[in-house]
Amino acid sequence: MEMTGAQMVIEAMKLEGVDTVFGYPGGAIMNVYDEIYKQKEFRHILTRHEQAAVHAADGYARATGKVGVAFVTSGPGFTNAVTGLATAYMDSVPIVVVSGQVPISLIGTDAFQEIDATGISRSCTKHNFLVRSAKELPRILKEAFYLAASGRPGPVHVDIPKDVTAETAKFDYPARIDIPTYRPTTKGNLRQIKKAAEVICKAKRPVFYLGGGIVHSNSAELVRELVAETKIPAVETLMARGVLEHDNPLLLGMVGMHGSYQANMAMSEADLMIALGPRFDDRVTGKVSEFGKHAKIIHVDIDPSSIGKLVDVDYPIVGDLKEVLEVMIPKVKECVDPDRYQAWRDILKRYNEIHPLAYEDSDKVIKPQWVIERVGQVLGDKAVISTDVGQHQMWTAQFYPFSFPRQFVTSGGLGTMGFGFPAAVGVKRACPDKISVNFTGDGSILMNIQELVTAVESRLPVINIVLNNHYLGMVRQWQTFFYEKRYAETDLSFQPDFVRLAEACGGIGYRVETKEEFDEALNDAIEKGVVAMIDVIVDREENVLPMVPSGGTLYNMLLEYKD
Amino acid sequence: MMKVERRVISVIVQNEHSVLSRITGLFAARGYNIETLTVAPIPESGMSRLTIETRGNVRVIEQIIKQLHKLIPTYKVIEHEEMIEKEMVMMKFPINESLSNIQALCEAYNGGIANVSSQHIITMIADEPKRVRHFIEAAQRFHPIEIVRGGVVAMERE
Repeated sequence: MEMTGAQMVIEAMKLEGVDTVFGYPGGAIMNVYDEIYKQKEFRHILTRHEQAAVHAADGYARATGKVGVAFVTSGPGFTNAVTGLATAYMDSVPIVVVSGQVPISLIGTDAFQEIDATGISRSCTKHNFLVRSAKELPRILKEAFYLAASGRPGPVHVDIPKDVTAETAKFDYPARIDIPTYRPTTKGNLRQIKKAAEVICKAKRPVFYLGGGIVHSNSAELVRELVAETKIPAVETLMARGVLEHDNPLLLGMVGMHGSYQANMAMSEADLMIALGPRFDDRVTGKVSEFGKHAKIIHVDIDPSSIGKLVDVDYPIVGDLKEVLEVMIPKVKECVDPDRYQAWRDILKRYNEIHPLAYEDSDKVIKPQWVIERVGQVLGDKAVISTDVGQHQMWTAQFYPFSFPRQFVTSGGLGTMGFGFPAAVGVKRACPDKISVNFTGDGSILMNIQELVTAVESRLPVINIVLNNHYLGMVRQWQTFFYEKRYAETDLSFQPDFVRLAEACGGIGYRVETKEEFDEALNDAIEKGVVAMIDVIVDREENVLPMVPSGGTLYNMLLEYKD
Repeated sequence: MMKVERRVISVIVQNEHSVLSRITGLFAARGYNIETLTVAPIPESGMSRLTIETRGNVRVIEQIIKQLHKLIPTYKVIEHEEMIEKEMVMMKFPINESLSNIQALCEAYNGGIANVSSQHIITMIADEPKRVRHFIEAAQRFHPIEIVRGGVVAMERE
């Protein structure tokens, strides 16, 4: 069938089963928006900034595993979207971003709103395309969705010049595709898997090191089975929170810079590390030369370049975690004796008794950790939790009782302040039956505050909980610990009235200074089901602990801070 | 510290828009070295072959190969410790230098005189990278005006 490039874009969305596009129109993408106006296949959500459109698509993708989609225009529309692409790239999130471009004849002439978009996105996407004619558009769109979701997922950027969206050509959408240069290995090497199973059964102090790849490959159920069968203790990275239920006795908590004492000690003293889909990030490993010094390492990952990148691996297995675990679990079951690790579990239990993950509550001032625990008690598995970046993010990762994968949506790799709110809007769109909560800070929330308008207009209620310490808290904490309290530009005492700000945009605002007020505000926000902003005044000087100083060793944690 | 070694890597890629910048961008972004780089299409295949001479320790070389593989248009990455390597060099000398001595030198390095004008002698040679260095040293006594190196090309022995 003959159609214009713009119609092809709409048609491709239909064929890919896209139900939501987040975006912002502009000159170069107007032909596509004209077709959006005429169609009823998907809902377009108008964000108030292109960065937010991409974060919303990202939140949608993280909450569902489906490909998130955002449309932006050329030039500034695209450059605004770059932080969104980079965020998704660092955390391997499948999204497709379509940007308008100036007409082909104007490319390279410094035309109005022209920027070398594919040149910019090359280093923060899995792949990108500059479309040269409407004829190749169907194949490119098909490839974009395929590349985003397959192998190690990631963002794909499609840049479409305006004249291509106007040009007509035959719409021949491939049913399936085969890219001869792209064939990710999904089946793990059988011999390696067998060897890994043997090593697991022979280990004395093994530990599971669970990473975000488990979430991407939808293999949390299998991981839960493997942990239950072996009774081997497990640590989770930030991206793997929710893979195991929070009350699983074998879960040692989060690992890394702000990991629990027992999790970091387990990694330091293990004789075998079974790494399932993590990427040995520096925030997890600390000083690499000391990381897992006594351990043999099994590393399962779909991306060969993740294996052995930072730490030498003894048993590398390249493959899709699901496929690998399906083969590995029966082999481990054959030889494993869970009692074998009892002494090891006892040691770790003792570690947890000595230094449990805890905080000192107060009657005088609200502790930020209390807020997170409270929301956990009230909402538990009824909420999907997004965060921004900073202290509140770490406290959420430490103290929220996560029960299922994809319950926690956070920018791990890039650490993007301003991610949480738009992501939570995307989450609400993806999971209408869940309550979408965004834990944020008084620094982060202002980085995409305009999304109040989007959320209210689109009727996508998000409960923003601002843990307000009037500081750029995490940076302040580093200044306290490592810069002799020289608080350079981190005092945020001057700030807007968050209650009135929320109300000005049609939402509802609460200012909270006591626990009772918090309970009232939270219950009211849940009951009303509208966009809410709960401004919680918390202990200003609270620190995130434990802490492994940057570049330090995992077993050398700061466990308390005394003035 | 791991030993830094020289390595020649051939990459076969799909001949498409901006594929070269994907490769050079990868080297730049991850802080890898490119010592020499040659690119040309492979006849009637829709593919191009790049030959990259690089340096790094074992881990870096391994990462370079894996990262090159990861690029979507990459069809194949060929890498061996021992490849048959050749590099072409052109050199320009003043006309008053001894033509016959220059010719003899070039012949020793698998080359000869490419052109002689009223002002200059232009020579070319093609040899292994190590011998190319020797040639450039040896040629200094004829006061070369200009040297153009072509970058390494390589082929697997088997």
